[in-house]
Amino acid sequence: MTNEVVLSLRDFRVTFPTLFGDVQAVRGIDLDVRAGEIVGVVGESGSGKSVTFLGLMGLLPKGARISGSATVNGTELVGAPRQVLREVRGRKVAMIFQDPLSALNPTHRIGHQIVEMIRAHQSMSKAAAMERAIELLNDVGIPQPRERARQYPHEFSGGMRQRVMIAMAIANDPDVLIADEPTTALDVTVQAQILEILQKIQSERQAAIVLITHDLGVVARVADRVQGMYAGRVVERGPVAALYDHPSHPYTQGLLRSLPSVGRDRLVPIPGSPPNMIEPPSGCAFRVRCPHAIDRCSLEVPTLRVVGDLESACLRADELRSVGP
Amino acid sequence: MFRFVMRRLMWALPMTLIITFVVYVALRVGTDPLASYLRVNQRASEKKIQQYIETNGLYEGFGGYVRGYLQWLQGFVTFDWPRSIKGSREVWPEFRDAMFNTLRLGLTATFLGILIGLSFGIFVALKPGGLRDATVSTSSFVAISTPPYVSALLLQLLFAVYWSKWFGQSLLPTSGVYPPGHRGFDLVLMIKHMILPVTVVVIQVVAVYARYMRASLLEVLNSEYMRTARSKGISERRVLVRHALRNALIPIVTVAAIDIGAILGGLIITERIFSYPGLGDFFLGAYDNGDFPQMMPWMFFFTLVVIAFNLLADVLYAVLDPRIRLG
Amino acid sequence: MSPRRMAVRRFVKHRAALISLIILGIMVLFILLAPFTARYGVNEAVFKTSPEKPNSFLSPRGIAWLGTDDIGRDLYSRLIYGLRVSILIGLASAFFGTILGVAIGAVAGLRGGWIDDLLMRVTDLFLAFPFLVTLLVLRSVMSNVPWLKPIVGNPTSIRFVVILFVLFGWMGVARLMRGQVLALKEREFVEAARALGASNTRIVLRHLLPNSAGPILVALTFAVSGNIIAEATLGFFGYGPQPGAGATSLGKLVGGAKGALLPGYWWLVVFPCVILILVSLCVNFVGDGLRDATDPKLDGNR
Ligand SMILES: Nc1ncnc2c1ncn2[C@@H]1O[C@H](COP(=O)(O)OP(=O)(O)OP(=O)(O)O)[C@@H](O)[C@H]1O
Ligand SMILES: [Mg+2]
Repeated sequence: MTNEVVLSLRDFRVTFPTLFGDVQAVRGIDLDVRAGEIVGVVGESGSGKSVTFLGLMGLLPKGARISGSATVNGTELVGAPRQVLREVRGRKVAMIFQDPLSALNPTHRIGHQIVEMIRAHQSMSKAAAMERAIELLNDVGIPQPRERARQYPHEFSGGMRQRVMIAMAIANDPDVLIADEPTTALDVTVQAQILEILQKIQSERQAAIVLITHDLGVVARVADRVQGMYAGRVVERGPVAALYDHPSHPYTQGLLRSLPSVGRDRLVPIPGSPPNMIEPPSGCAFRVRCPHAIDRCSLEVPTLRVVGDLESACLRADELRSVGP
Repeated sequence: MFRFVMRRLMWALPMTLIITFVVYVALRVGTDPLASYLRVNQRASEKKIQQYIETNGLYEGFGGYVRGYLQWLQGFVTFDWPRSIKGSREVWPEFRDAMFNTLRLGLTATFLGILIGLSFGIFVALKPGGLRDATVSTSSFVAISTPPYVSALLLQLLFAVYWSKWFGQSLLPTSGVYPPGHRGFDLVLMIKHMILPVTVVVIQVVAVYARYMRASLLEVLNSEYMRTARSKGISERRVLVRHALRNALIPIVTVAAIDIGAILGGLIITERIFSYPGLGDFFLGAYDNGDFPQMMPWMFFFTLVVIAFNLLADVLYAVLDPRIRLG
Repeated sequence: MSPRRMAVRRFVKHRAALISLIILGIMVLFILLAPFTARYGVNEAVFKTSPEKPNSFLSPRGIAWLGTDDIGRDLYSRLIYGLRVSILIGLASAFFGTILGVAIGAVAGLRGGWIDDLLMRVTDLFLAFPFLVTLLVLRSVMSNVPWLKPIVGNPTSIRFVVILFVLFGWMGVARLMRGQVLALKEREFVEAARALGASNTRIVLRHLLPNSAGPILVALTFAVSGNIIAEATLGFFGYGPQPGAGATSLGKLVGGAKGALLPGYWWLVVFPCVILILVSLCVNFVGDGLRDATDPKLDGNR
């Protein structure tokens, strides 16, 4: 793991002003992603996963306020002029979304959607770009790519559509690929195929991949490192194996307990629900649902510190580490 | 594609026949052509009456209606139209003139109205929720809630009556195509006479289309593929034109084709108020006299127009939206 | 928060709807208390009690706030009485039209098959034709079928107009209800009810109707303004109801504006027009507010 860092977040924050107050969706996130690695970002719904990455791409609705720092290959994106963002989008950082049917334009042919992506960043004739698009479709395992390129999204199956999204995302050989729950909408066999394609991209193109999901199982299969998020903050992070074997944050432990696996006969969902992000709980946001919470948890915001192979943002990480999932 | 159009066309013919037959029966029952003939021509001779009944095929009973309808249809397609009951005038020349007058008014107003309406809709959808949105949305709501004759009355009051009171001379004429007694063609005069009626129709059309476009574009702008488009790094202009506008216009095109009936309805009312000699005025005149020979061609013509535009809407939608399966 | 409370909250947030509701409330109060709020009788001439003869075409002034008409009647009082009739027609025909539409739409949706096809064809046609033409043809058919006479009454009666509007007004609701039924039919609770042996009527009354109450209420509201306008349109062109010696309607008043135009009796044009716009605008705003309030899709910050 000596590869250079391609994507780096420092104290990254996103706030949405609304009628009822400011929604603090992301409250200071640090992250480094290196070329050729897959980083899993996990967390319950509403924990701020999507907002983080849409935010750094400048794809959030107009009212969103973004602060901190987000750099791609050294280029600062927070507060960057439109032109800079445009150059980054699709060229340095590409995104794949959860529901490929609604993410693809229903009235444009598949081939054209990819051609548009290519020609946005490379000066290439339409015909040449179309040839390249067909090649890409072939690369992601779409049979008869030439014919398929002339079809529309609704003529594809879910898995095939997600392949199209991936083909489009890798069209300009981006340094970072952000996959926002790429497999959530697909059934299990197709899920596995899509994950394989992502792994292939990682190894063949040395791209950095950020895999956003709330499925720890998916992360376990393909990711090198994991970053757990809760209420807009990082709660625990580190190599996949370490996190699975002895998580030290009660939230990660809870996530693991809610995972179906061999030798466990009961799934235990985390009790309670995610906090209201307009007025999140003081101190550790998870304390209101945490079985191990103590008084101190409401007083200070725990910062990440090293616990074994992991970094954990729990005051009691050392004692809880032994409890296990 | 061709087969799809053909299939729809084949549907259209029986539809036209059935609908016009229903309309025929409704008019026969509703206007009682014989009674209204006798009312208008009170001293008609027995022979004349008999002749009127025969040329119009006014047979009694359901079988008689069918026979009468077929006879009427034959006469209609061979341009052998029965004469009007009042003054026994030929129907076609008047109908044709009225049609051209209506087309001129209708096309101008529809074109202007849709153009302005769509622009307003786009203008507002790109910045929803603000003062601009509230202003346009509220005024289009007011316009939709205002029947065309009310806006016509108010415009007439202002531009004709009070303008001449204040400034000694009326600004715009309020009736007809030309001033009474005018002969020959005069473009400027014609346009002057069209301004107020066109304005009345345009107000309605603008309001309706501004709302359609706003809703349609907002829906597209909130869709996920817009985010994908932006994530590609293409220009914002291209995102808006190629991805947003194009898709937002698809449902509008269809609505526009189906809406033709509503626009024509507005025209009828407008024509009446401005004594504009178009198809609306023609119909209302015929209706008041109970003039069966004048009303039937009118109804047939409108049925054709309505069906044709519905067909057009179907075809356009299928052409523009790949998601619609043909067949 | 209960769904109903949330709906109320969303309605209240629609400021135009709230203001409109208040204006409508005031109007209803005025027409209910017509004997007190109106200053003169419908056909009573201003100055009747004075020795001078009734003054026609008085412009607005103290004794006649909104002026008088050709035979010296007070426009303000006539507007109150006219509004009363118009709102009555609007409400009654919207109400019965909606009931008819719900019934037909439910049958079409539940039965499907040719009934459904026929319904869709008929409504397609009716909705596509210019509405004034349809109304006029329907009107003349209704008034010329002898055996209908005892039911529909005289073409100039209020009953006739209400029936006319009901016959014309069920189609929109029927399509809406049909769509709702088709969508809800697939849902479990209807299947469950059917499995338990519930009859169609029961399913409609107990399950489908409550579940589509929101859209139906919205359609009903828009139908009220539609029918008020329709009455005014018929009245304007001289085909409207003649509510008898003791009453008038907005349609008649707006129709009277035609003759007042050229001589420049502006009050006879402006006030009836303004009241008509105001009523239909307010009802439409309320409908809009109701739509926002009952449509859960519009939740969130839009
Ligand atoms: N436009 C917005 N305005 C206000 N709040 C928003 C907006 N977009 C997102 N949020 C809030 O930001 C928080 C984080 O949302 P985000 O979509 O990042 O969650 P997520 O972790 O991706 O969840 P999921 O697994 O459901 O995708 C949520 O509480 C959400 O309500
Ligand atoms: Mg998400």
